Amino acid sequence: MVESRLTRVLLQLGTGLTLAFIYLPLLVIGLYAFNRNVTQKWPIEQYSLKWFSVAWENEAVRDALKLSVLAALGATAIALVLGTLASLAVARYSFFGREVITFAVILPIALPGIVTGLALQATIVDILGPLGFSFGLSTIIVGHATFCVVVVYNNVIARQRRLLGSLEEASADLGADTWQTFRYVTFPQLRTALLAGGLLSFALSFDEVVVTIFTSGSEETLPIWIFATLSRPAQLPIVNVVALFVIVASVIPVYFAQRLAGGAGLRRRPAPLLQARP
Amino acid sequence: MRAGGGGRLSAFLFRRPRLRLWLLLGLPLAWLVVVYLGSLVVLLFAAFWDTDSFTGQVIHTFTLENFQEIGETPVYRDVASRTIQMAAMVTVADVVLAFPIAYYMARVASPRTRNLLVIAVLMPLWANYLVKAYSWRTILSEGGIVNWTLDPLGLGFDGFSTAGLWLTFTYLWLPFMILPIYAGLERIPDSLLEASADLGGRSLATFRKVILPLAFPAVVAGSIFTFCLTLGDYIAPGLITSEQFVGTVIYNIRGQALPTAAAFAFVPIVVVIAYLLVARRLRAFESL
Amino acid sequence: MNGRKHLALRIGFGGLMVALAIVAASCGGGDDEAGQEGTAAPAAWQIEGLGTTLDEIKQLAREEGQVSVVQWAGYAQLTEEFQAATGCQVNTKDGGSSDDMISLIQTGEYDGVSASGNASVRLMGTGEVSPINSDLIPNYADVQEGIKNQSYNSREDQPYGVPHGRGPNYLMFRTDAVPEDTDTWGVIWEPDQLEKYNGKISIYDDSIFIADAAVWLKATQPELGIENPYQLNQEQFDAAVELLKMQAPYVGEYWPGDVAKQIQSYTNADSVVGTTWPYQYVQLTAADPPAPVKAIKPKEGTTGWSDTWMIHSNAANPNCMYLWMDHMISPEAQAAVAEGFGEAPVNLKACSVTTNPNHCDEYHADDESWWQDVYYWTTPTEDCGDTDDSTTCVTQEDWKAAWTEIRG
Repeated sequence: MVESRLTRVLLQLGTGLTLAFIYLPLLVIGLYAFNRNVTQKWPIEQYSLKWFSVAWENEAVRDALKLSVLAALGATAIALVLGTLASLAVARYSFFGREVITFAVILPIALPGIVTGLALQATIVDILGPLGFSFGLSTIIVGHATFCVVVVYNNVIARQRRLLGSLEEASADLGADTWQTFRYVTFPQLRTALLAGGLLSFALSFDEVVVTIFTSGSEETLPIWIFATLSRPAQLPIVNVVALFVIVASVIPVYFAQRLAGGAGLRRRPAPLLQARP
Repeated sequence: MRAGGGGRLSAFLFRRPRLRLWLLLGLPLAWLVVVYLGSLVVLLFAAFWDTDSFTGQVIHTFTLENFQEIGETPVYRDVASRTIQMAAMVTVADVVLAFPIAYYMARVASPRTRNLLVIAVLMPLWANYLVKAYSWRTILSEGGIVNWTLDPLGLGFDGFSTAGLWLTFTYLWLPFMILPIYAGLERIPDSLLEASADLGGRSLATFRKVILPLAFPAVVAGSIFTFCLTLGDYIAPGLITSEQFVGTVIYNIRGQALPTAAAFAFVPIVVVIAYLLVARRLRAFESL
Repeated sequence: MNGRKHLALRIGFGGLMVALAIVAASCGGGDDEAGQEGTAAPAAWQIEGLGTTLDEIKQLAREEGQVSVVQWAGYAQLTEEFQAATGCQVNTKDGGSSDDMISLIQTGEYDGVSASGNASVRLMGTGEVSPINSDLIPNYADVQEGIKNQSYNSREDQPYGVPHGRGPNYLMFRTDAVPEDTDTWGVIWEPDQLEKYNGKISIYDDSIFIADAAVWLKATQPELGIENPYQLNQEQFDAAVELLKMQAPYVGEYWPGDVAKQIQSYTNADSVVGTTWPYQYVQLTAADPPAPVKAIKPKEGTTGWSDTWMIHSNAANPNCMYLWMDHMISPEAQAAVAEGFGEAPVNLKACSVTTNPNHCDEYHADDESWWQDVYYWTTPTEDCGDTDDSTTCVTQEDWKAAWTEIRG
């Protein structure tokens, strides 16, 4: 190793500071959830659990939670199908415009959310509207699926880069048809990557607000409920509780995605961000 | 046996790789093109339409006035340049904060610590964006933790300012920068660094001449997020400051002047696409 | 950018094919004079699915089971009682400005809206809201006559909704920072005052605030000849915009209908003076401990609002919405909202059920002279809202564009 002792100490220091920076705000919001007072002032004078039951009894919160889960499930299902198909195509074939696919898959998360949101809203109102569609769960899912595709795609394609094409050839040589090869050879190798991509996609959808504001109509997902309630001072304590819940709820799938992506006995060099495990 | 129809279909497909390709690509492509690009085109078309001055509703007559308005009114240029500056500053801050921890994870920490750190960085990445922004709003407010800390020192910090927003953005996108840099650094073979040392390269020289160039694509990959996400955000600016940014302007005028909003949306779209094209040339996509 | 009011097709924008098809279709039977006057109000108040008698409405409402409304924060009151009585669950969405509310209602996802004058006039113009049959709304008879059939809630004497209540935009200040006997808007307009409260000024973030500048100019620069702060000719408008640009560097926060932000900033003394709705004032003084704030109607007069609950022309739950409109002008709901938001009820029967027996007096519910210099929000129009062809005024569109510039 080339790092001098001093460098290592400095690196450790930098790491510690950055970690503190990352976790401080999460900690603060977690603490405020136990704040007895309605006003958000530091330091917290009195701690209490009372807002937890208030939040749980809030019907709007429960409805929003239900909608968020449904939307995340729907978006994840679509993203799994589309992301897997696209990654299979890109990993196995070279064709004109292959590069463009990577580009197109990334675009929905790279382009400003407000542009995506506004565009989808315009389409829903002016094109789907006359056809009888209206805002609701389905439009939320469509919006979410569009940018969830990239997480599934990236996870699956990274796994495929490490797969041995020879296994599939062997399967074909042994008389398996395309479907059987996929079912018994390809899919088992991709399973954990799919699961990881699916979990991340769930987390991404569960948290999304920037685009959802434009696609949800009068329905409220949990993040939208939080956004709307931020301007209602009397309800901020409930927001704090919900915020804490949302943090915990989105962190759990990520934790499992981690374990899965690293599993399957495949030790690999790290890559990427949009995969569960760099 | 599934041989019958399935087998024939399978054999049929086997002989036609093009068809298989299109079967795989068809659905995702259709989705992205129809749902996503289609919507974008609808929006961009709107930039060429007119509005009714009383109701604010769109009138379908072709006009270039919206672009003219964007080009000629100084406020749009000011807002665009302010936003791009903010995005650049956030990117720089994130690189500075991300490099030490990424380097530590990739090259110093034991495998066990490394695994823990990866999880520690990843988990907040996926924690709710809105909750994080809201948390900063409480932290930065006059009665919040920042001013509580500074108060005994006789200092004050106007958190609901451009500086406060910069801090918030830097925080929000930081994990997006750490992870690609970490991945990029870890890919550098130890042997390369040893060779550099053997050839007499001092730590600093090795860092500058070997590590930085190799890590650069990863930095660019991270910057796609820090830069692009800052460029189009409208929620964090609204929560933290009163200053106008591209996202907030589009959000605010969309109701009454959708064509102008659509025309203004060209600014972030063009900047982001240009940024992505450059990033691809710099081989940053492989580090995503 | 003006002079195009002849056409308001009831479509946004869409794919060219779809657009062309709809253009072709709506040219035949559209409401083609979307201007402010002249069109005969459609006699058809009947919305698809709406019952024709009160009994039928009540029965159909039980089947609908819900109603979604866009509202100003804090407007919907006694929703649980309403649900118990009618079976309609109430979903509310807060709008931060009139533009915001129009955007929301245009999604077609809401049954109704509590529209201020600068939204209601436009909504009636586009046909997005429907005229009502007041016979089906029993409490309508108790609404103050002086507020019925105004330009912002009716066309050709045909009501387009039920009045909700009215109130002034206050000048609010912290008494520990601003002299308690302040009685003028000068504290947020005069250069020496601005210098004094630099960075501590809180201003409503919407183009309609240009009218507040016009109210000040009307009082202090009579040579401009401003009569109606919403109908400004180019010279008057430019003067107002210039005044606002002069003020902008001193403003600490523009609050975009985000009342929590303003309440927090006054509580922490981040802001000490500015414009507010009575709602924030009520909240601040009711807080524990109460914030040392005072809210007044300055001697120059002020802007204000007289709001109307309106029903969407294609409401999915028209029966629940009718019952909701009736509910919101019942004495109990009127009392609750008048005290909760800090405004004057339009149904004076509410005055006997408010918890503060003097609420109606304090808010001048029945004192027309007090409202003389409260200019209710309305939409700026090219014809200045009058019949004199020789005058033209700056339109809503330009107000909006100017506001973006003022904000910088």
